[in-house]
Amino acid sequence: MSSPAGVIHDIGYQRYDGERLGRGDTFLALYSQSLRTVFGLGRSFKAKIFPWLVVAVVAIVGIVVMAIRSQTGEVVLTYAMFPQVLSTLLVLFVAIAAPELVSRDLHSGVLPLYFSRPLRPADYAMAKLAALVTGIVLVFGGGQILVFIGAAFSVKGFGNVMNELADMGLGIIYTALYALVFGSIAVLIASLLKRRAVAAAAIVGSFLVTAPIVGVLSILPSESVRELAGLVNPVSLVSGVGDWLFEPSNEAGFGVGSFGPLYALVTIGLIAACATLLVTRYRKVSQS
Amino acid sequence: MTLGHTLRRVTLIATESLTKTYGGRVTALSDLTVSVEPGIIGLVGANGAGKSTLIKILLGLLPPTSGRVQVLGLDPTVDPMGVRARVGYMPEHDSLPPDLSAAELVTHLGRMSGLPKTTARERASEALRHVGLYEERYRQVGGYSTGMKQRVKLAQALVHDPDLLLLDEPTNGLDPAGRDAMLTLVQRIGTEFGISVVVCSHLLGEVERICDHLIAIDGGKLLRSDNVSAMTTSTDVLVVEVSEGDGELEARLLEMRLPVTRDGHALLIPLEDDLTYDRILTAVADLDLPLHRLDQRRHRVAELFADREAAHV
Repeated sequence: MSSPAGVIHDIGYQRYDGERLGRGDTFLALYSQSLRTVFGLGRSFKAKIFPWLVVAVVAIVGIVVMAIRSQTGEVVLTYAMFPQVLSTLLVLFVAIAAPELVSRDLHSGVLPLYFSRPLRPADYAMAKLAALVTGIVLVFGGGQILVFIGAAFSVKGFGNVMNELADMGLGIIYTALYALVFGSIAVLIASLLKRRAVAAAAIVGSFLVTAPIVGVLSILPSESVRELAGLVNPVSLVSGVGDWLFEPSNEAGFGVGSFGPLYALVTIGLIAACATLLVTRYRKVSQS
Repeated sequence: MTLGHTLRRVTLIATESLTKTYGGRVTALSDLTVSVEPGIIGLVGANGAGKSTLIKILLGLLPPTSGRVQVLGLDPTVDPMGVRARVGYMPEHDSLPPDLSAAELVTHLGRMSGLPKTTARERASEALRHVGLYEERYRQVGGYSTGMKQRVKLAQALVHDPDLLLLDEPTNGLDPAGRDAMLTLVQRIGTEFGISVVVCSHLLGEVERICDHLIAIDGGKLLRSDNVSAMTTSTDVLVVEVSEGDGELEARLLEMRLPVTRDGHALLIPLEDDLTYDRILTAVADLDLPLHRLDQRRHRVAELFADREAAHV
């Protein structure tokens, strides 16, 4: 007897003997899904508002700088200054994205579903951090690319365009340094807090609280103390590294004097410490 | 190779003097030695008996303090990733992000188990269909009922086609009809799908009817581990109660060569075949006794555990 057309047959449970991907592919799958989360893609409209607001502001800044550069040739904002000037916006961006990435998973209790699978807690932590760092570089590096486009139209000669391109490359690497420092601090804090709003406040707080200390230290009479003051706050820490790398002769601002290498060392140490604590945190979470 | 394969097929889970203490003071598992074959296994014990700790050790998430453990022929303390690739886990508590659809979530978790993208999507719809979620799977999980959420949790444990499912209190929060549906589903997975299942529950009566094997633990100690068929030493029992004349009825039934035993006012008769019913009814009618109750009882397993627990206390 043939059955009538259009009837869906229950073919029963099918076993799966096909391909199973390895650790790297699983990591990439989690990383790309997390990168989408940073921008609220595949999520509700509400989740898209804040990240795209930041994108819009960065784009406007980039376009204005690009326009000024291409019309008048005046350099109002160097590539290195770009993330420095927009560091407040960067803090806002990580304060929105990091809780979305990790606090949400803690709150919903979904982590046991991850850690009962062949996914290492360290891989989970690193995929989330890598996604946030990539997101920051895409947004703020994108702004730097806009600045470059303006420059490419205003400078004369292929050689000068190549110089600009090299400057932009360095600028984007500097943005990546910002992304690593801000991202690792933000993800670490968010990984400790279940509620997204609380986590966002704690992240902003961690960047703000230390700022007045820098302010007080930088008006003390001792020059060494003034030059070391920037180490206390993540924003001034990374801008200190920038001052050392890009403007060694710059006397304006706090100035880092001869302590540039120390700033770089502390920065690297801070990233390493945050990443290590983050992995430790998730090893612990996987057992509970 | 052949030997290893056979062993793997014969032993699903084996533990040997498995002990877990937290901080050297709280003992979650104490000297637990069990060995079970593939099938549906009930893991029964009161809350805090050590069921969840045992599951975490089986998954390789917690290291045991001492003792040995094997799951599907693998040692989770040595090869946790190997074990987790072949095991599906359904946790007890809420574990679903409310703002994702069931289809998205199960697909994503399938990829986390190493399924390629397209396969993950296909198997996610299949798994959701098998647990009874069709068009609803495109809606956000936040709007689901408890029963639907439990089904999604079960689907995500099935998506990567595991050889063993660990279900922690799958009937938690469900109404009686929902409990029955869930247990029937678990039974289908164990029989038709050919996937071994460990069902944790604090209610023995609930899991005994679907299990091949029962493990009872209390305070981290093994109370009993045995095949259900070995535990139900007698077949089902008929309980007869009459308002008066139970002595007469007992005598009559013995006359009819039915092995009657007494339980207070009730008479217990092993149910041998459908005729037993008729013979009892005939006896009651002949004696013109007011029949109060005649039903089937299947609490043998529970009674066996009750005896053990009483002895233990």
